Amino acid sequence: MEIDLSQFSQVFFEESLEGIDVMESELLNLDVNNPDEEAINTIFRAAHSIKGGSATFGFSQVANYTHLLETLLDEIRDGRRQMTNEHQDMLLLSVDLLRNMFDALMRKIDFDDPLLAQLEKQFTIEIAKGTKEAAPEEPDSSNDTLVEQEATGLLHWAIDFQAGIDILRCGNDPYLMFNELRQLGELSVSLAEHSSPEFNDIDPEACYLNWRLELITDQPLERLKEVFEWVEDECTINYSSSPASDDNSERDDELPNIEPDEATIPQEQQGSETVLSQLESNKVDEAQELKPKAVSQAKTPETSSIRVSIDKIDLLINMVGELVITQAMLGQIGQQDEIDEESLISLKQGLEQLATHTRDLQESVMQIRMLPISFAFNRFPRLVRDIGQQLGKKVNLVLKGEDTELDKTVMEKIVDPMVHLVRNSLDHGLETPEERLAKGKSEVGTITLNAFHQGGSIIIEIIDDGAGLDTDRILRKAREKGLVGQEEELSTEAIHKLIFKPGFSTADAVSDLSGRGVGMDVVRRNINELNGSIELKSTQDKGSRFTIRLPLTLAILDGQLIRVGRHIYVVPLVSIHESLQVEPNKINRLSDGHELIQLRNEYLPVIKVYQEFCHTSDAKEIKDGLVMVVDSNNEKIGLLVDELLSQQQVVIKSLEDNYNRVPGVSGATILGDGTVALIIDVTGLVSMAGITNMKEHAA
Amino acid sequence: MTEQIQNVQPQHDHGMKQDNDEDSQQYLTFIMANEEYGVEILSVQEIRGWESTTVIPNAPSHVKGVINLRGTIVPIIDLRQRFGIEVLDYGATTVVIVVKVAIANEHKVIGIVVDAVSDVFSVKNDDVRDAPNFGEDTDLSFIKGLTNAGEKMVILLDINMLLGSEVLPEAEQLSNLINTLDAPQQQAVNA
Amino acid sequence: MKKILAVDDSASMRQMVCFTLKTAGFDVTEACNGDEALKVAQQGEYDLVISDVNMPIMDGLTLIRNLRTLPNYKFTPLLMLTTESGTEKKQEGRSAGATGWIVKPFNPDQLLATVRKVLG
Repeated sequence: MEIDLSQFSQVFFEESLEGIDVMESELLNLDVNNPDEEAINTIFRAAHSIKGGSATFGFSQVANYTHLLETLLDEIRDGRRQMTNEHQDMLLLSVDLLRNMFDALMRKIDFDDPLLAQLEKQFTIEIAKGTKEAAPEEPDSSNDTLVEQEATGLLHWAIDFQAGIDILRCGNDPYLMFNELRQLGELSVSLAEHSSPEFNDIDPEACYLNWRLELITDQPLERLKEVFEWVEDECTINYSSSPASDDNSERDDELPNIEPDEATIPQEQQGSETVLSQLESNKVDEAQELKPKAVSQAKTPETSSIRVSIDKIDLLINMVGELVITQAMLGQIGQQDEIDEESLISLKQGLEQLATHTRDLQESVMQIRMLPISFAFNRFPRLVRDIGQQLGKKVNLVLKGEDTELDKTVMEKIVDPMVHLVRNSLDHGLETPEERLAKGKSEVGTITLNAFHQGGSIIIEIIDDGAGLDTDRILRKAREKGLVGQEEELSTEAIHKLIFKPGFSTADAVSDLSGRGVGMDVVRRNINELNGSIELKSTQDKGSRFTIRLPLTLAILDGQLIRVGRHIYVVPLVSIHESLQVEPNKINRLSDGHELIQLRNEYLPVIKVYQEFCHTSDAKEIKDGLVMVVDSNNEKIGLLVDELLSQQQVVIKSLEDNYNRVPGVSGATILGDGTVALIIDVTGLVSMAGITNMKEHAA
Repeated sequence: MTEQIQNVQPQHDHGMKQDNDEDSQQYLTFIMANEEYGVEILSVQEIRGWESTTVIPNAPSHVKGVINLRGTIVPIIDLRQRFGIEVLDYGATTVVIVVKVAIANEHKVIGIVVDAVSDVFSVKNDDVRDAPNFGEDTDLSFIKGLTNAGEKMVILLDINMLLGSEVLPEAEQLSNLINTLDAPQQQAVNA
Repeated sequence: MKKILAVDDSASMRQMVCFTLKTAGFDVTEACNGDEALKVAQQGEYDLVISDVNMPIMDGLTLIRNLRTLPNYKFTPLLMLTTESGTEKKQEGRSAGATGWIVKPFNPDQLLATVRKVLG
């Protein structure tokens, strides 16, 4: 039968990648000195499944490699081998390696990372070292080398088959075996002498029979034995052969060709021993070097699919059902020639229902894109472990609120900024164990990732109990860089905000980790691009807390509708601090024409929206209109508008699809009356207004 | 409020019965400042009445703004202003032809405001004449060619070039063009 | 039509086994672990059960042991899918009541040959 095995590849890849994820998280949670039996079993099972599948579907590279993992894990599982930290490291490296191997398989390219050979050697050596009780194991001769058996000459076989008493109870049927033999040649079956017990003692489920089988065949003995393979232990089977009476002459030259099974194993062992010494000598360096090359540089062909739980789909189907019912009801009213009072009431009811169902449906559809943030959190245990080791810091990672859901797209975009912040906390936040002990803290630092919903937003916190920000040093640095005037004094809060400034980095020596040129300003910008914000609270020697606030989805935005002349715009609610009317005596005009307002003890530049957008408006001067205080790159800015209208959730539509990018506008939306309103891009508006350095204005 | 003309109804049916063989194409014609223009019917998505738009800040004057076309944001372009012809107040016959265009390999849906829709007819490719050459400083690549529909001359537009290019001839150049186009038409009628 | 119950926690293996057997004209039901298989087996009468050994929740050997206690499955052929070619696992399987085994990796032809061997 021709069956194309490649049709199962995709499923196999998916389940294997899931298996690899499981391996990784179990490995990270593992207490090496006292490994949980079930955890080891789970890891073993994952490796085992990948091996079985890859061998079946023809991915021999993966199969060979996972065979090594499986062998080692099997020994650990059976208690024949004590798990060590080294094993854990090797297995974790294998996790990365396997991911890359699968990535290559999926992209149908060759995988030739030298790490593969290196790790293979390491595993081979480790396995060859032997288990704690036994000498080096017998080399697995059954290593899937199926030797085609050569057919021998035609022989006359006599087989005495004494069936075991329990043979039927295992579902074996002698008749089927005889049938199989019949396919190999000419067979005659006769019942041989047998002894059955006394009639009363006969067990109807037992088998007491013996047979004499005569077979003329050219098949080798191995093939005959195969027929009885499953029962050979419980049955007594004797084979004897004599040349078949007729034509064996023409087959004389075809004697069984037995090749001495000279194992290649001894050679391998030789090879591996020399490697052993090499490996031991530079083991220390390797811990650093043995990092699989990130394959992600070459982008994987992203199949942008999403897994949706049946519950969510069922909910949707229910809602659509409701919608259909409402529609039918409204349709009935529509068919009436006249609308009397009664039908008017049901019309109104129907419309109300329609509104409810539509809203519910919208929410549920949005829910489909929602995934628990654990998808993003999951990568951090590994990251924290690796970096912690590298830096010689002891870290305990706490994950909270992993079930909090957010939009898949937002999740994909927030991972990088989070990685950066966590690296930063590990590198600059947490102290070394010695420093911590000296400060009277526990030598193990804690990093907490926390997520929860608040209003229409998701809050992600990255908290460490490290050194906190050194405000003096930051201020000094900022003065050196000219970001802050020499005489200027700043509040602690303002100093904390400095780290989000472009070109600001406090690390004296640029370390490999956080100081790779990507600063906090990039983190902040990425978050702002998602219509989110980031805040920092820090107490010296107590720790820091980064708070990221993001909209739950990129498709919907909580907006404040505003009016400028006859134009209606939407301002993202997340960027609005407050709105106020400004007294004339709080307005200062600068020589360059910009105006500042005094708000408590701050001076804020004001952008006249009508001017930037070339509209006519009611309020030409600040005193005549409303000033909305908004956030742009963590600076407060005033926007002069005519009127605040309602607040509502709006669905974001692209202007660029059919038109172009418009400065100061991030998109469009459709209001309740069907008209289009544009969404203001506050940061874009600020750069349009030419306000570049607000501190200059304030000075 | 929004008057939507569901089907493109020809006012007269000359040409409609012509064979639809491969070397002829159907055009929708519209009137603007007494001239008749044609666009390929395959690029026309629908015809709508004029409705007020949402203004795009700092957009060129011929971009009237955007409308909500069944959930999609569609920009509306005034072709008179695009050509630099005197602007008219929008009236009852003012229509928006919604066209699908390919600009820089991207498909966009754009509405164009014209005075009135005129006709639909088939033109054989052989009956399309090249536009006259006005020298190097006038780019007329947005004109696909000229043809006669009955007694009237029709300027066939290449809608992709028209909406894709940044610069179009100024009003003066265009009126020159239109004048010279009218002249041979007169000759044709006289002949 | 002969009814076969295929048990494996790996979706790809399950798909492969089912596809092969269905193409060959068998009526195949799937289960993804021993526990599920035991429930399915009790609800219907199967002519053959093919089960993976290493599975979460309930492994293949436990499944086979449990099936043999059911009157309907006393003599039913029960095959295990195993990657272990060593005699130890096979013996374990036999004493649990397995009829025989198919050693992974196997190809569709090998699978069919073995299935036909036990179903006659």
